[in-house]
Amino acid sequence: MNGVPPARRLLRHRAGVVGFVITTLFVLVSLAGPALVSEQPLATNFRAILKPPSWAHWFGTDELGRDILSRVVHGARISLELVLSAVLGALLAGGGLGIWAGFRGGYVEVLTMRAIDLLLALPGFLIALVTITILGVGTVNLIIAVGIYSIPAFARIGHAAALILRPVEFVQAAISQGATDLRVLLRHVLPNVLSPLFVQASLRMATALLLASSLSFLGLGVQPPMPEWGAMLANGRSYLSTSPHVVLFPGLAIMLVTLGFNLLGDGLRDVFDPRLRP
Amino acid sequence: MLPYLARRVAALGLVLLAVSVLVFAILRLIPGDPAALIAGVDARPEEVERLRVALGLDQPAYVQYGRYLGRVITGDLGRSLRSQQPVATDLATRFEASLLLASVSLAVALAVGLPAGVTAAVWRGTAWDSAMTTISVLGASMPTFWLGLILIGFFSVRLGWLPTSGYESAEYVVLPAVTLAAFSVASIARTARSCMLDALGYDYVRTARAKGLCEGVVVGKHALKNALIPLVAVVGLQFGYLIGASAVTETVFTWPGVGLLLVDAIKHRDLPVIQGAVLLVAASFALVNLLVDLLYATLDPRIRLT
Repeated sequence: MNGVPPARRLLRHRAGVVGFVITTLFVLVSLAGPALVSEQPLATNFRAILKPPSWAHWFGTDELGRDILSRVVHGARISLELVLSAVLGALLAGGGLGIWAGFRGGYVEVLTMRAIDLLLALPGFLIALVTITILGVGTVNLIIAVGIYSIPAFARIGHAAALILRPVEFVQAAISQGATDLRVLLRHVLPNVLSPLFVQASLRMATALLLASSLSFLGLGVQPPMPEWGAMLANGRSYLSTSPHVVLFPGLAIMLVTLGFNLLGDGLRDVFDPRLRP
Repeated sequence: MLPYLARRVAALGLVLLAVSVLVFAILRLIPGDPAALIAGVDARPEEVERLRVALGLDQPAYVQYGRYLGRVITGDLGRSLRSQQPVATDLATRFEASLLLASVSLAVALAVGLPAGVTAAVWRGTAWDSAMTTISVLGASMPTFWLGLILIGFFSVRLGWLPTSGYESAEYVVLPAVTLAAFSVASIARTARSCMLDALGYDYVRTARAKGLCEGVVVGKHALKNALIPLVAVVGLQFGYLIGASAVTETVFTWPGVGLLLVDAIKHRDLPVIQGAVLLVAASFALVNLLVDLLYATLDPRIRLT
């Protein structure tokens, strides 16, 4: 197994391949989809309200006659932007903080990691809710809330990796040659921390999407009429008895994409970081 | 054990103190003037001023915090801006409902997840194992609120078997509890499977088999008992998750718990309620974590806490 290059090992990981395919499809749909669907996601049509799926509207229409397929496709773009910015932000902030703390040691390390411990001592959802309370409701604030929620996981990985790397010869050699902290971190520490961080990022995309759509569902995230999947479900809730298709498709989309991230993350973890395997 | 306990209780105290600072800070971090917010939109400027003095908002931050902490310790969490009811009384009844929902869900999750995970490990590599693995990955990817809506659509609307929302009798808890349990089932089954696989690989299991014990005793007595210990930690973690997810589940089913109260309070910027609810949820989460760690140590004699 060890001589095989990682890409090929991932190809042999059946669940990982499924995850990769779903994730790629999701990215393609969010990039190209909005150009491919003919209907506008915000265009209302009061002559076609709550129509079940048909040839004209594959996923049916909602309470304002808007085409649900178009809304789900445009929602993919919103979801991709949400989770990508939240998770990448958390990766940079949390991973950077953790690596720096582990590398510097001393009171910097103690203070940073205690703060992270405190975040972990609280339910993550609560932290997101408090963030929204302080910042207010809105898309950017939602991203910040989801990002803060994801920071501790990255910080701990970065910290652990930096602790392992600090005493290793090539790092010590660079330090003794007078390399600046920044150079040592970027050139020698960072490349060796990337793979666990990216494995974590893929798994975090799944929780980030669930959290972001939950908050939007609660009315605390992306606001209607934006076609965010969670917000669409909140609207469709009132028409559950007469038109179940309104809640069916946005929910399926959330589940499928989350599943994709989860499977891809599991696959990447098994390939790049077998030690983390539960 | 005793020094460990003392240290953990001290740490719990610190966490609670930090949470109280955070909760206090909410009031100062929100944009705008808290006094104006509390007085309401149509309050006259002199009313706002009077309220500012009455609430002590004209004092320095540390004085305000000291007073706030003093009130919290004596159980005074202020009054809701909307209902004018004392927050503590509101929270008490809401907490009861949340606790009921969380406990039933955890029981459901254990009753389903544990056997699923253990049997998957025992019959490793079979179709049953892959089915269980698939289901648990699906469960981990399921948006709680969507599952809740689908269950309402099927069992309440189409079949008319169970009520859609509210909190009146035992049948009202079924759908919310199942919805909330879905994610926990997945992670409990996953952990149970891997713990059980570990346990089955140990020497004492081989010894038990070698001395001719029947497979049922080997699995049930020798392996399962040891596999259960790490599971306690996971079940504890699930509680934290349940608290979070319950805000969503409670909203879907209009279950009158702390989560629904908190979400409503955030929407209406009802600050005293937000502060009280956050404090309560954070405190109970920290307490459960401590209890789980202690339980863990008691169950596993190999863990020595010093």
